[in-house]
Amino acid sequence: MDWNVGGEVIDSIAGRNLITLRDVSQQAIVEILDTAEAFAEVNARAIKKVPTLKGRVVASLFFEESTRTRLSFETAAKRLSADVLSLAVASSSVKKGESLRDTIATIEALGIDAVVMRHSASGAPEQVSRFVPHVRVINAGDGQHQHPTQGLLDVFTIRQVLAARHGTTGRESGCELFAGLKVLIVGDLRHSRVARSDVMAYTTLGATVRVCAPGTLLPVDVSQWPVEVVENFDDALGWADVVGVLRLQKERGTGSLVPSLGEFTRTHGLTWERARRLSPSTLITHPGPMNRGVEIDSRVADLDVALMERQVANGVPIRMSVLYLSLAGRAPERSTDE
Amino acid sequence: MAERERRHARPRGVIFVPRSQLLTEDEVERALRRMAHEVVERNDDPRTLVVIGLQTGGVPIAERLRDILADITGVDIEFGLLDVAFYRDDVSLHPVLESAETSISSDLTDRTVILVDDVLYTGRTIRAALNALSDWGRPRFVQLAVLVDRGHRELPIRPDFVGKNLPTSHDEAIDAGVDGVWIGTLVAK
Repeated sequence: MDWNVGGEVIDSIAGRNLITLRDVSQQAIVEILDTAEAFAEVNARAIKKVPTLKGRVVASLFFEESTRTRLSFETAAKRLSADVLSLAVASSSVKKGESLRDTIATIEALGIDAVVMRHSASGAPEQVSRFVPHVRVINAGDGQHQHPTQGLLDVFTIRQVLAARHGTTGRESGCELFAGLKVLIVGDLRHSRVARSDVMAYTTLGATVRVCAPGTLLPVDVSQWPVEVVENFDDALGWADVVGVLRLQKERGTGSLVPSLGEFTRTHGLTWERARRLSPSTLITHPGPMNRGVEIDSRVADLDVALMERQVANGVPIRMSVLYLSLAGRAPERSTDE
Repeated sequence: MAERERRHARPRGVIFVPRSQLLTEDEVERALRRMAHEVVERNDDPRTLVVIGLQTGGVPIAERLRDILADITGVDIEFGLLDVAFYRDDVSLHPVLESAETSISSDLTDRTVILVDDVLYTGRTIRAALNALSDWGRPRFVQLAVLVDRGHRELPIRPDFVGKNLPTSHDEAIDAGVDGVWIGTLVAK
């Protein structure tokens, strides 16, 4: 992973792409979270729609399957009054062998303002952003690289819950509730773009992150992550304020990297027995979809401290915030020719 | 926040430099009391009133107006906050605006809304606010109260209650609050 690659750090995503959280500053993340609070209020109204992006066209290009992220992005775009073009890859020319570049050229010719994109290849959104510099590109998950909006909605959810516990609001608390917060991320780190975005979001806001995975599921470059690797899941249970459980990604060949699912559950699953050894206030997150009984016990997933439903619900305001900031601000590249 | 310069510039980038004070705190208070009496005179039943302050400049003025109205009528007047950033017609032309809290708790259908802002200028903020209000139902009346009307309307919008009419030029700026009204200019930091 590219933790230490020197890149420009931006203090606001206004008018910019969102491809990775690597180059997004603490100030920029707090701006996204605060704007999302305003959209959460919109989502609580009887009429959950504002005219902000009326006349803008957002294309949703999912080259890889997704339920919640796609629905969440499209709901977000529609609640901002944008028009949504949704490319069903299975029935598109991509199946006839059309290249990514040609697909994007077609989409651009239709006059779109933003592309929300998921792709199985790491770096695909970055590449697309170079093909179409005037179109905003939002990464909805690329290979094993990044899933920035998931990382953002996870910290947004944690901030909301902690702020309520401290009798304040997310917006008032800024990022102070993350100072010293102890976050343990466990499971299939090797294949997880969610883990990479989560680690960046949490550490940028000031939290301390530890990770835990079977040796075969640790990324090769984990020594360069700003985290501490924990050998034994059981030893770290008492330490954590937040446990981020990752999905075991069977579709990415994880099966051959663990002896058996049962073995994985015994060593790294958040079982009922392990959950009982967590502090009662420890929060549990999971990006979904859950493999109940594998990385997380079904009863654990239904606890009050398990925030999965809230994470899904928060996906919409976070994605409204990202689309709004990215599209509503003046695009730097365009300012000269306007 | 009706004031165009302040709305459209990123708050970090621009500061208001006052040239002279036009109204003192006492004069603002007297203007608000007169406006409150005009509101009561115009509207028979104070229980139908909802005072809504526009973020952010209109909020303290709306709070004061609501308190005076409650005083005069002896009725607890309902209060709300509205941020129109998501309803503006110029989001693409300007940098992103800071979003402030919106809080309107009840259905506004058949209510009388007193929309309150600090300065009325082009009228575009009010246009956005009228669109926004329709998302909370269909008010019986919407009446507009502003502390300062500085002219230069770009839309067919007029205030119902005005604290002070202040003819200004485009390159001047007005800063209006419950603690007084100043005229000055905006300069880049």
